[in-house]
Amino acid sequence: MRIESEQAFQRFVAQARKRSSARSREVLVCCGTGCLANGSAKVAEALAAELAKRGSDVPVATFTKRTGCHGFCERGPLVVLQPQGVLYTRVKPRDAAEIVEKSVIGGEVISRLVYKDPASGQRIPGYAEVPFYQRQTRVAMRNIGRIDPADIEDAVAHGAYAGLAKALFTMTPEQVIEEIEVAGLRGRGGAGFPTARKWRSCRAAAGDRKFVVCNGDEGDPGAFKDRSIMEGDPHSVIEGMVIGAYAVGAHEGFIYVRDEYPLAVVHLTLALEQARARGLLGANILGTGFDFDIRISRGGGAFVCGESSALMRSREGKVGEPRAKYVHATERGLFDLPTVLNNVETWADVGAILARGGAWFASMGTAKSKGTKAFSLVGKVKNTGLIELPMGTTLREIIYGIGGGVLGDRPFKAVQTGGPSGGCVPESLLDLPVDYEKLTEAGSMMGSGGMIVMDDRTCMVEVARYFLQFLTEESCGKCIPCREGLHQMLAIFEDLVAGRGKSGDIEKIERLARGMQLGSLCELGKSAPNPVLSTLRYFRSEYEAHIERRACPAGICRELTAYEIVETACNGCHACFKVCPVGAITGKIKELHVIHHDTCISCGACFDVCPTQAIRTFPKKELAERGVA
Amino acid sequence: MSLGKEMGTQAGEKGGRMLSLSVDGKSVQVREGAFVLEAARAAGVEIPTLCHHPALEPYGGCRLCLVDVTRPEWGGWCKLVIACQFPAEEGLLVHTATERVVETRRVVLDLLLARCPETPLVQELARRHGIEQTSYVANPEPTDCILCALCTRVCDHLGISAIATVNRGIGREVAPPWGEAPPDCIGCLACAEICPTSCIPYETSEGSRTIWGKTFEMLRCTRCGRAHVTVAEADFFAGRGGVPRSYFELCDACKRKEMAATFVKLSRGAAGFSVGA
Ligand SMILES: Cc1cc2nc3c(=O)[nH]c(=O)nc-3n(C[C@H](O)[C@H](O)[C@H](O)COP(=O)(O)O)c2cc1C
Ligand code: SF4
Repeated sequence: MRIESEQAFQRFVAQARKRSSARSREVLVCCGTGCLANGSAKVAEALAAELAKRGSDVPVATFTKRTGCHGFCERGPLVVLQPQGVLYTRVKPRDAAEIVEKSVIGGEVISRLVYKDPASGQRIPGYAEVPFYQRQTRVAMRNIGRIDPADIEDAVAHGAYAGLAKALFTMTPEQVIEEIEVAGLRGRGGAGFPTARKWRSCRAAAGDRKFVVCNGDEGDPGAFKDRSIMEGDPHSVIEGMVIGAYAVGAHEGFIYVRDEYPLAVVHLTLALEQARARGLLGANILGTGFDFDIRISRGGGAFVCGESSALMRSREGKVGEPRAKYVHATERGLFDLPTVLNNVETWADVGAILARGGAWFASMGTAKSKGTKAFSLVGKVKNTGLIELPMGTTLREIIYGIGGGVLGDRPFKAVQTGGPSGGCVPESLLDLPVDYEKLTEAGSMMGSGGMIVMDDRTCMVEVARYFLQFLTEESCGKCIPCREGLHQMLAIFEDLVAGRGKSGDIEKIERLARGMQLGSLCELGKSAPNPVLSTLRYFRSEYEAHIERRACPAGICRELTAYEIVETACNGCHACFKVCPVGAITGKIKELHVIHHDTCISCGACFDVCPTQAIRTFPKKELAERGVA
Repeated sequence: MSLGKEMGTQAGEKGGRMLSLSVDGKSVQVREGAFVLEAARAAGVEIPTLCHHPALEPYGGCRLCLVDVTRPEWGGWCKLVIACQFPAEEGLLVHTATERVVETRRVVLDLLLARCPETPLVQELARRHGIEQTSYVANPEPTDCILCALCTRVCDHLGISAIATVNRGIGREVAPPWGEAPPDCIGCLACAEICPTSCIPYETSEGSRTIWGKTFEMLRCTRCGRAHVTVAEADFFAGRGGVPRSYFELCDACKRKEMAATFVKLSRGAAGFSVGA
């Protein structure tokens, strides 16, 4: 049934809400990619089967709903019982019978499955009380984990398309752009360009044929916010794009999804079909006479294909390589026609802004960065996962408040933000309010919103080398400074971590970095020196130690580090003996263990397992002084 | 060109509005649609390039033509752009030798010399910018290919697209598809001839030509008997309808001779018609 008037839309919403509240009990099973990998599909099946089996015992209708990513991937598979709001973590299929018996029918909480807060050691049954969720403000991810992404009525019952209805029924395209301007929305794909300005320029561009494109390439390794939005709430992306198309006067749209995201493609395809069937997409949307449709376009997956000009080239069927953008895409983009390209998260924000008003969005955030932002929090932090917070939240709040602190309570060293070409922010800046400007000033960037927490067991020279390696493999190779520059930069870093650094290397790195920043064709090459320059800025002494003393202060770089056991601390637990891959450790249980330097490969496995922290690192060159080969 | 200083010089497409801009203080006029590089060349300011060719679309790979541009109203702020692709604008001020332009260009040439340490064109260009030896690790397998992509672009431009750049990053190279003899190649040698370092090998012998691992049968000039074009090339261009197949019967030299003979005949035969001054 197509909806062809404002009244019909309101009726549809009312009916969807009614259906939704009729399902008084819901068992929400997270079926985001992370939880699926941990076996959540089996959990959902088991729960559904158990409920079906006990149909007559269940006092009220209960419904198993497969939702998108709840964000708390570390603890998956996650199950939430509604309306109580009980959160169960690390659920196994064999827990299904007990959950149905005790919790769904009996109304009891199974304490074993409840989340235990690592900070306080307390068990917290309520979904909303878990600090990981409590401290978040979800806008782009507002419905993820709450709705069944395969059911448009469920989405509408939770507010989907309300922003679109408001825009189409009550606002002119100019007013829509003004609302986005009031909201202060900036691009969530990296550069933070003001969205309203992009739209206005496209609206003003000559020509009837224009495009609206969604960038769902998400090539950053470790980033998964866009995937989670496309999988968990595809309607938020579609709604945003229809509003954007209306604002700029476009009739054709594309969602560019990387090949590695098959579930996102399935959910988007289904959502597009359902939206079309309801008249929320396609010809004569909501009976207003506005036509706009969206197609899905799948991408080859190289990191650089997410860059706007490369993405458009590849959509045109040409080689997905960047080109200079002296003429804006809003004038000459896809097929040389006016095009608006926005990130998945940017699009997901749009519907909420229209529904609740630009002023509401702008009431959150900092002077120049408004609203909320999604981050993927990973690395050496207790709670990893996907989070969304108001701009301006401090790094400390993110890492210690939501993340629960550093894994194993080790000392914090740095957090890498912005994806592979972002930078490392040190402990002295933990109180930095996170927004576009502040991160850039700190030598890093917002980028895709990746955050990798690093502890004291991290060598910053090695970190820079690691990201250089990734970027060297991802450089498209079109321009000299990026292709040859990364190759040479990596060679310098390979020497540094192997103890072959030379005096003058730091100056050479700095000069090359500047040449790449100024000379490269696209942002990949221009930003590639960030990991190098930020670590050099905050951890210069580590570089100097590698070069001048042939030492890795963090005790990580293998060629520079030797391991030994502190006699007084070893309790003879034998754990190190078991993990050493080369048999370099000898010792009997309950006796002192010894590392043999002639066979030790400095992999650090023993260090990580030792419960008494009896393993110590020291510069390898001291071995010669001790007379060991 | 010699009057350039007083009258301004002109470059750009035929038709369209004229734009005035300044390159290193020299004022110059170009037609709308021209790029800054053309303006600079018209003003007599030298800007190095390696991947530029006037007949092909700008590419932006070599980065040597970096320049700073600004406008009086920008309050001293400059934008670093590449001259081959930045459109000329009315009132634009172009600076081709600012500190950062010179320094970045030097880093780029230093890097290129590391890639192609034995290539005379690169050595010469680097030397002109004060680099005798690369400060980076010289390529242990020296190549003459500077990856300017002129070869692949001219092949695309002709509508053949037999070769392409393959692989990412440092592994990038020019190659036919799958590394096999390219099915679409017509043996026209456009790639080999446009290559600024002449690094695309080919061989033309009696009756046959080999390039990219593919061997072509040659068409002989019906007059002098010289093998002057591949059969595939004649078929391709005749098939595209631009010229009749008979166009390829004579080689270029014989065609010129024939034309000269026609002119002579005409000048003798027709009263009042003369060739030359
Ligand atoms: C190497 C590179 C990779 C990029 N990858 C992505 C990506 O995966 N997703 C994305 O939205 N933007 C990516 N961008 C940024 C886009 O070029 C573009 O700025 C963005 O999609 C615009 O949308 P926004 O204004 O909503 O942020 C990338 C940029 C570069 C230079
Ligand atoms: S900067 Fe790197 S990724 Fe971008 S065009 Fe140049 S070589 Fe390609």
